[in-house]
Amino acid sequence: MRELRSALSALLSHWRRRPGQFVTLVLGLSLATALWTAVQAINSEARSSYDRAAEQIGGADRPTLEKADGGPLSMRDFVRLRRAGWLVTPVLEGRLQRGRVILRIVGIDALTSSVGPLEFGGGSAETPYDIGDFLGENGVALAAPQTIAELDGVPDLPRLVAQADLPPRTLTVDIVAAQRLLQRPSAVSRLVLLDPQTEAAAPLEEVAPDLKRVDPQTGQDLARLTDSFHLNLTAFGLLTFAVGLFIVHGTIGLAFEQRRVMFRTLRVLGVSLAQLMTALALELAALAILAGTFGVLLGSVIATLLLPGVADTLRDLYGAQVSGALGWRADWWASGIAIALLGTAIAAAGSLWRIRSMPILASAQPRAWAMASSRTLLLQLVCGIGFLALAGVVLILFSGLVAAFIIIALVLVGSALLLPPFANRLLDVGQSLVGRFGAGAVTQWFWADTRQQIPGLSLALMALLLALAANIGVGTMVGSFRTTFVGWLDQRLASEFYVNARDAEQGERLQAWLKERTDAVLPIVEIEATLDGRNGAIFGVADHPTYRDNWPLLQQVDGVWDIVARGEGALVNEQFARRSELSLGDPIEASGLPATQVVGIYSDYGNPAPQVMVGLKQFSELFPQVPQQRFAVRISADRVEELKNAVSSEFGIEERSMIDQAAIKQLSLSVFERTFRVTDALNVLTLAVAGFAIFTSLLTLATMRVPQLAPVWALGVTQRRLAVLELARTALLALLTVVLAVPVGLVLAWLLLAVLNVEAFGWRIPMQVFVSDWLRLGLLALLAALLAAAIPARRMAAMAPADLVKVFSHER
Amino acid sequence: MNVRILAAFAIICWLPIAALAQGFGGLGTTSEGYAVPSPDKPISFPEDHAAHLNYRIEWWYVTANMTGPDGTRYGLQWTLFRSAFRPDGEPGSQLWMGHAAVTTPTDHFVAERRARGGIGQAGVEQEPFNAFIDDWHLKAEQGRDIDDVAMVASGANFSFDVKLSAQGPLVLQGDEGYSRKSESGTASYYYSQPRYALQGTLKLPSGNVPVTGFAWLDREWSSQPLSGEQRGWDWFSLSFDDGYQMMAFQLREGADKSFTSATWITPDGEPTPIENGELEFEPLRVSDVGGRDVPTSWRIRLPARDLNVTVEALNPQSWMATSIPYWEGPVTVSGNRTGIGYLEMTGYDRPDG
Repeated sequence: MRELRSALSALLSHWRRRPGQFVTLVLGLSLATALWTAVQAINSEARSSYDRAAEQIGGADRPTLEKADGGPLSMRDFVRLRRAGWLVTPVLEGRLQRGRVILRIVGIDALTSSVGPLEFGGGSAETPYDIGDFLGENGVALAAPQTIAELDGVPDLPRLVAQADLPPRTLTVDIVAAQRLLQRPSAVSRLVLLDPQTEAAAPLEEVAPDLKRVDPQTGQDLARLTDSFHLNLTAFGLLTFAVGLFIVHGTIGLAFEQRRVMFRTLRVLGVSLAQLMTALALELAALAILAGTFGVLLGSVIATLLLPGVADTLRDLYGAQVSGALGWRADWWASGIAIALLGTAIAAAGSLWRIRSMPILASAQPRAWAMASSRTLLLQLVCGIGFLALAGVVLILFSGLVAAFIIIALVLVGSALLLPPFANRLLDVGQSLVGRFGAGAVTQWFWADTRQQIPGLSLALMALLLALAANIGVGTMVGSFRTTFVGWLDQRLASEFYVNARDAEQGERLQAWLKERTDAVLPIVEIEATLDGRNGAIFGVADHPTYRDNWPLLQQVDGVWDIVARGEGALVNEQFARRSELSLGDPIEASGLPATQVVGIYSDYGNPAPQVMVGLKQFSELFPQVPQQRFAVRISADRVEELKNAVSSEFGIEERSMIDQAAIKQLSLSVFERTFRVTDALNVLTLAVAGFAIFTSLLTLATMRVPQLAPVWALGVTQRRLAVLELARTALLALLTVVLAVPVGLVLAWLLLAVLNVEAFGWRIPMQVFVSDWLRLGLLALLAALLAAAIPARRMAAMAPADLVKVFSHER
Repeated sequence: MNVRILAAFAIICWLPIAALAQGFGGLGTTSEGYAVPSPDKPISFPEDHAAHLNYRIEWWYVTANMTGPDGTRYGLQWTLFRSAFRPDGEPGSQLWMGHAAVTTPTDHFVAERRARGGIGQAGVEQEPFNAFIDDWHLKAEQGRDIDDVAMVASGANFSFDVKLSAQGPLVLQGDEGYSRKSESGTASYYYSQPRYALQGTLKLPSGNVPVTGFAWLDREWSSQPLSGEQRGWDWFSLSFDDGYQMMAFQLREGADKSFTSATWITPDGEPTPIENGELEFEPLRVSDVGGRDVPTSWRIRLPARDLNVTVEALNPQSWMATSIPYWEGPVTVSGNRTGIGYLEMTGYDRPDG
């Protein structure tokens, strides 16, 4: 025990003598842990918000009951179902105009809006209220604080009580109060089915044959979108962690090599191998926990900074249900510390193994770690090619999301491994080129020495390569996606205004009413269908120039729209075509659809489910029970708001049933931008970590390189010139890495667009190349490398000549 | 006396646990504007089976001890709470809450329902008697009174459908139905039907179980039954094997202070009130119920009747995880009298309970 303690204190003394190395190690590990933790914290916060959102009262993501004939629901239906044992809760929604302000009113029944114990927030300490204040015709209205500020001075409103996390311009009130405000006594918009139901209730057909169950239509898509969003974040967290590990690996390796003498001495003094290993493991664990704690704290800061953006994104997707403030959760704390420990273990495994197999009296070789023989380079080359080949094999043989991730990981690791041999080869070529053109001795030395530095810098350069490749890859994907998505939105949302009628009868009236007042009314009809074994939908499409001119077709036969209008062919979305391997002319199998062939394939981003579109006339013949109650309306853009108000007052159609093109486009784009804003931030952070890796490597090398530089200085090269050459060398290596990162980044982008997206969503986005982005990134990387090299170079320039002279007397 | 109060008031006082300024579940709050029980105004039937909208709180509360065909014991609870949030006596100013539970030696199934008054989702009709919330009901079966009733409730994973048939007279608790709840004079109206014969079926995840047994109905209404210091209570309904019965409760005020009350009931249904201080309650064992310390075994002494018994929970985990949480479950009585009963305990979900 005493030996262990002595050994431990001897080991720890190393860090006291080299505080810089200590800081590097802890900082490197902290950075790696920090980004991982940040991502985990964001995901964890979002997930907990989803859980809360799922319990939310509005129930937009829950199945509902509606009148089978599309008629209006009333409180009577609600009571009838409850008395029959069906656990439903009523919601009434509508638009309320007060002066120039238009408000969305959401009426709920707080008593039945959940099946568990009542957890209805009773306001804040400043504005308390109880159920008595909320219930009844004259109950209080809950609204977001900014909504309350906006409504200052607006007359004829209920008493407003602030409650955070509510959507803007929305008042949440008791359903009876909503009925009074909207002047729709006893009305109910929908009956939301709660979960779980009781087993005692009789089937719906017996209890209420006039009602039918309607499953939520959008929930699945939104969940898919957020899934990919979190996947994206997690992948980034892992990538940054990997980059951070390079730093840790380098520092630990260095610390171990530098202490070889100490290990030997300790062993000779009687410390057993087991004790030495235990002491080292304890030391590393302590460092990992220290750095992990730092990392978690740092990560929580990063997460706090990023979270509002994420929250905004998810707020748009889910409607005011994601907290923008970070809560402290044990899961991501634990995950941060665990990943720090795991990372240290991975980074130190090789070094520990070497100590284990070290002969007791092995001579100390502190430079050995930085020296790589050509054997190492060869090994890297073979492994790198092996990884890439394996990636190719996986790409050909396997499919699926996991396979896609494995391919990406293999490509990244393989490329990183190939970097040193490639850089070595390139510098070799450079050296012989300058040699052939009769360059001077200094130039020749410069090239040779640069090549000599590759082993020492290789880990840092690999980190830089990974960061750059990820930047280029993700940037290319986002850019391609953005361009495609914007174009697609323009095509897909060609109509200016979209409105849903409450039922068939209202739909008929609405259609007639709209026809007189607008340029065109295009019914959107849809029925759920099983398409090749998966849940999807069949749509009916009107024969109108709106579609002929705009619909985003990827492939089509000649005269596609005429064929569809005649009912002789159908369009399918890209997801369906890909998953079921359909191409033009193929027959489609779908429930309720007669044998028909594919005449066109359209892109359909943001929706993972398969779709088929047939002509409206054919649709009405096939599915006469589906009423026309959704309409796309063509009207000049400046008349949309007016029309919206007219529709609302004429038909009492709720806000959620109407949306104008500008609003839906803006919503889609803002969701898109926000989603990738976080990606951008993570990109920058990854690059920063890589920059730090270069800095630490250069700093370490700088002290060890004095013996190599001293002879050059003694031969007459000034310190200043040597410093400049050092900078030039770093720039050269960084440039080399940038050049090599571009193809890797493009391969990554291709994998993301053509493999991962296809696997995850079933659509493929055409890749577009953004050269100016690479230039910007290259400059940035160069700048980062030069910054990292500046301090060692300055030190070189300012070194006392005596220190350089000392090299010759101290040389081992 | 029951817990019922607290559950009834819970819906009025949102966040009931956190906001306990006065008494348990806010029961000590003012009764201004509501009718108040008076010893001069006696209970009369059948009107008093129905709801008293001028009073703030009220409940119809049935507990039952049953056995299955293999001799396994079961407990059952069916409760309808009413709570007014405005003193205008209007149906629309009432909140209703239903609690149902089935207790087995190993499981405890709970369900809760809530409704507003005035829309037909919950209420109590007098002729014929029908207390209901959603599809749950306690409803006159033969005749129009509460002597023969059908009782139904269901949750996510259980339900029951049983018939109750009165075996004796209604029992007026306290002073002819006027039941004191503290020394300062707060009180409620309180009567019971302590002896229903029960027959029916429990539907449990393990299957249907035909059961027979005995049920106990409590009816209570008031406007302010607790005084400000009272933090919770322990309530017992005990049926001894020799035919005698006892309703007993203590209202806990501080560490060592409590207000006790009981009714001694002969096999013929003849009640004798037992005054504050005559009963001794002593917790014997504390169980960990989801992190809370709940006494699930008690010694009860009533020297005047030479009673010295131990009461033991059938299932110590009979926790009612409802909007207002409490403990309620069947018990076994041993000592110088033996029997079965029901125990209800409130105020143990807080450290100072």
